[in-house]
Amino acid sequence: MALDLGVFCKSTLDGEAVDHCFSSIFGLSQNADPSYLDWLMKAWGWTLAVAALGLAIALILGAVMGTLRTLPDNGRLSRVLIRLSTAWVELFRNIPVLVQVFLWYHVIPAFVLPLKALPSYWLVSIALGFFTSARIAEQVRAGIQSLPSGQRAAATALGLTTPQTYRYVILPMALRIVIPPLTSESMNVIKNSSVAFAVSVPELTLFAMQAQEETSHGVEIYLAVTALYALSAFAVNRVMALIEKRSRIPGFIAASNDASLAH
Amino acid sequence: MILADIKDKLGMSAIRINYQPVTSQNRVPLVQNGTVDIECGTTTNNVARAKDVGFANTLYVEEVRIAVKANSGITSISQLAGKKVATTTGTTSVQLLRKHEKANGVNFDEVFGKDHADSFLLLESGRADAFVMDGSILAGNIANSKNPKDYKIVGEVLSTEPIAIMVRKDDPEFKAAVNTAIAKIVANGKMPGLWNKWFLSPIPPKNIVVGLELSPATKNAWANLNDKPAEDYNKK
Repeated sequence: MALDLGVFCKSTLDGEAVDHCFSSIFGLSQNADPSYLDWLMKAWGWTLAVAALGLAIALILGAVMGTLRTLPDNGRLSRVLIRLSTAWVELFRNIPVLVQVFLWYHVIPAFVLPLKALPSYWLVSIALGFFTSARIAEQVRAGIQSLPSGQRAAATALGLTTPQTYRYVILPMALRIVIPPLTSESMNVIKNSSVAFAVSVPELTLFAMQAQEETSHGVEIYLAVTALYALSAFAVNRVMALIEKRSRIPGFIAASNDASLAH
Repeated sequence: MILADIKDKLGMSAIRINYQPVTSQNRVPLVQNGTVDIECGTTTNNVARAKDVGFANTLYVEEVRIAVKANSGITSISQLAGKKVATTTGTTSVQLLRKHEKANGVNFDEVFGKDHADSFLLLESGRADAFVMDGSILAGNIANSKNPKDYKIVGEVLSTEPIAIMVRKDDPEFKAAVNTAIAKIVANGKMPGLWNKWFLSPIPPKNIVVGLELSPATKNAWANLNDKPAEDYNKK
């Protein structure tokens, strides 16, 4: 079937063709009304913004919670921290992401009134960030627990305190081990950002639903939106691959291809 | 009633009706590819859709209005400049608001609900000051809410849209059969009775009254059966 890609150069107000299709490059003053392509680019920007803030929250909180779950159980403070982080992970892992978004948007602001003034962009990023942080916490915990127990024993023998052990011995290795699952989680955040349409963030999924209704050219619209989601996720994938390559320590962690460096 | 007439016309002893729920997103593609033979919902007849599907004669003329909280004091769209206006994603009202903003140089702060119930919730919880949508949807949501008296449908008619039954595009006999059946129901005088039954009396499941009065535009559509698209209605 024929694809009418010219639909992107139609004006969003009256469906007529506009003079300059990609007016973001040539300056909006040359288009009196925005075209669907302009709207698509803005929607893409919103998707990336939600995903970026969500991912930042998720990485920081997830790493903290995952580390806390692996603390040695030798005092009241560590017991409290272990219970807190376990509760965090179980809470945010057991509720579907869309339900969490609605909780943060409708339910929690009813109890915590200052949140009502917060724009929906922040609320959905918090929801997405907390949901993903539970998953990242478990991955970080798996990475830490995959290290041989001799590492902690050696650190204690050297006289390092628990925070120092984590800072200098355990976390540098563990975080390098879990870069592949973290890559998946980062790509998941890009894809899960589509739930933001339910709370009125004008991102790609909302654009797709609305533009499909207005232009009746669902195939072209959805193809473009799919391509942009795939491109964004792939870009994240390549960035993480670069991080993995640059942070690799030769000889540690079996992924080395160079036989001369193997122990 | 229409399908009963078609059954008689075809001389069949029984006709099996398979009910298929559809959404605003998939109703046109499903009729286009033949999964659904006849769609009865709140589908606006407009030129863009008429390229893909056929429409029977208009049965209801929808008018886009504004629902607000009764104590907000808003009575017209001109008072909504700078306020939060809710509407549902994937409906014609979104483009309508955009056109209105451009034409009158005002700026609304638009919030999008993912469906009509969600948009009404935005109005209810105070996240939006107004809900712009087809009058019948506004009336239905207000009737189903906890305190219907707290809400009012106000303001001028923002757009008139004919609502019609959708059928396949290249099947003139089927469309003619549906239109004949409609003409028969209108000629029998049954339409005002049907209106009273569903809009002005208590209806299941909750036995509440929607309370939407019959508009002159709809009465006119019954008197002069036609399948003119929305663009013809808004040309004035």
